[in-house]
Amino acid sequence: MSTLANPAPRTTAPGGIPRRTGRRHYGTHIFLAVMAVMWLVPLVWALFTALRPKADTDKYGYFSVGGAFNFDNFVQAWTQGGFSKYFMNSVLITVPSVLLTLLFASMMAFAVSRVSWKFNITLLIMFTAGNLLPPQVLAAPLFEMFKHLTLPYSFSDSGNLLNTYISVIAVDTAFQIGFCTFVLSNYMKALSSDLTEAALVDGAGIWRQYWNIILPLCRPALAALGTLEVIFIYNDFFWPLLFIQSGDRLPVTTAINNLQGQFLSNYNLLAAGATITVIPTLIIYLVLQRQFVAGLTLGSSKG
Amino acid sequence: MSTTAEKPAAPDSEPGAAGQTLAASVRRGVGKRPIRTGRVRRLTRRDKLVLTVMVGLPTLIQLLLVWLPTLFSVALSFTRWNGLDLKDIKPAGTENYRFVVEDYPPFWPAMQHNILWLVFLALVATPLGLLLAVLLDQKIRGSKIYQSIFFTPVMLSLALIGIIWQLFYNRDSGLLNYLLGTAGTPAAVDWFGDSNVNIWAAMVAATWRHAGYVMILYLAGLKGVDPSLREAASIDGANAVQTFFRVVFPAMRPVNIVIVVITIIESLRAFDIVYIINRGTNGLELISALVIQNLVGEGQVIGVGSALAVILLVISLIPIVFYLIRTFGKESKA
Repeated sequence: MSTLANPAPRTTAPGGIPRRTGRRHYGTHIFLAVMAVMWLVPLVWALFTALRPKADTDKYGYFSVGGAFNFDNFVQAWTQGGFSKYFMNSVLITVPSVLLTLLFASMMAFAVSRVSWKFNITLLIMFTAGNLLPPQVLAAPLFEMFKHLTLPYSFSDSGNLLNTYISVIAVDTAFQIGFCTFVLSNYMKALSSDLTEAALVDGAGIWRQYWNIILPLCRPALAALGTLEVIFIYNDFFWPLLFIQSGDRLPVTTAINNLQGQFLSNYNLLAAGATITVIPTLIIYLVLQRQFVAGLTLGSSKG
Repeated sequence: MSTTAEKPAAPDSEPGAAGQTLAASVRRGVGKRPIRTGRVRRLTRRDKLVLTVMVGLPTLIQLLLVWLPTLFSVALSFTRWNGLDLKDIKPAGTENYRFVVEDYPPFWPAMQHNILWLVFLALVATPLGLLLAVLLDQKIRGSKIYQSIFFTPVMLSLALIGIIWQLFYNRDSGLLNYLLGTAGTPAAVDWFGDSNVNIWAAMVAATWRHAGYVMILYLAGLKGVDPSLREAASIDGANAVQTFFRVVFPAMRPVNIVIVVITIIESLRAFDIVYIINRGTNGLELISALVIQNLVGEGQVIGVGSALAVILLVISLIPIVFYLIRTFGKESKA
């Protein structure tokens, strides 16, 4: 605080607050506008390329506005790339993973935050730490565990857990429980203990306290985390890459790895494929932006 | 539910009472004496069973699919194995580690790239995100629109970001070389293909996402700073820069810790983007990518891959432990 008496080193006038509303904002706006344009350029370029037929870009070059603009590349990429299948796979993996993650994490969070017993902090630490590990650390053992777990062929055509959705769902769930438990336990701790005390007096069991009292109160946190987890798991590239060998079972995020080879010489198609993959996240973003941001910041506000 | 109402307190006041039941034997796995406070003493046997399941199931999943594999990774790093038959696992001592450090050419480049990645995120991406947050925290017009734009890449997977930037960086059809005026000339750079520059190109693409992430966290942090702190500082005659660095930034300590941890963890986890560009080879070697290269493909060398995984684990434990101490230190003392 002693240095505050000294004249300001760079800015001309002391007292930034009154001057803020004046000219200063022009500089800010120019900077932000330039950054915003730079931020949008890669996306706009992908969309621009995707909208132009290959014949036209070959004729006029990629850096031109000549020729037609249409959705032919999207149609071709969709059918040739098999996107409907990949999107279906993404849904089959994401929906169960998110539901299981929220269920298990909320149970665990309830137990560590609303009931006090000896090891709750230890377990919470274990859960939080598990979420922070790089997935590659667990790759080899998980792969081998799943490979050596023999299953009937009627259940899995690989005879083990590899190449099944279950393997990806299980590991995604296990990996995400930690983060959700941490966030939800902080949220539940902030709820008044009178709520469950009153329920206890009325004779409500643990399950009713959890399911009928605490969970409904956690709806905002669950909505935020649910949105965040949908994006996280939809965007997961690594686990399907590791566990799923048949290309037609890959979720869309991992499948784009193969599209690159498939559309190699046709950047217009690749751009269309990339744009198609962006669309679901963009829709979620536009509809649930507040939930998503809330989910991201929930984890950090209680640092 | 009716049973819990009938016998609210008595039988389970001592932990030993239900000692021989299934509930207790399972519970022992998580903690011997779950009963400590007065509140919990009112738990019925049924409640304990429910609690056991509520704790036991997630804990089992976590142990089985996260921590057990972590231990297996450590164990496998001291063995030689081709990944086929469990009987073929042979002890190898520290040979894998010696091989990785001394005879495995991509190892040291990968280490350097990981460090470079961390430094770049820490010195470029994170400060940029902070700057954007500070600028957008002022009540300027269009703040929400700017936020949405900077935040969009955070929604995208790093794999997809790799593809999108590939289109931008491409030598012949990418926009960047056109803007630089080198498109179609011999001077045109293949930004993701040239091993001299591709790590930088990949880090710029990663920054595109990381800065937005940092921005959104700091925006939340800035909103949490008590406005009276700023007022006090301005009354004392501090200018905006001084107020920020001496008052506001230190007040955001919890967010700062999270940002530090996220930045380090993200730089260790950087995998998707290099894998989608070229599987993490030719200038884009990262430890995480080397782990996978040794695990999949023809010449499976599980031991070497595991040794690399353990090195990655040990490095990651530094920020993880730092974060855990910061977060849980106070609570466990209490």
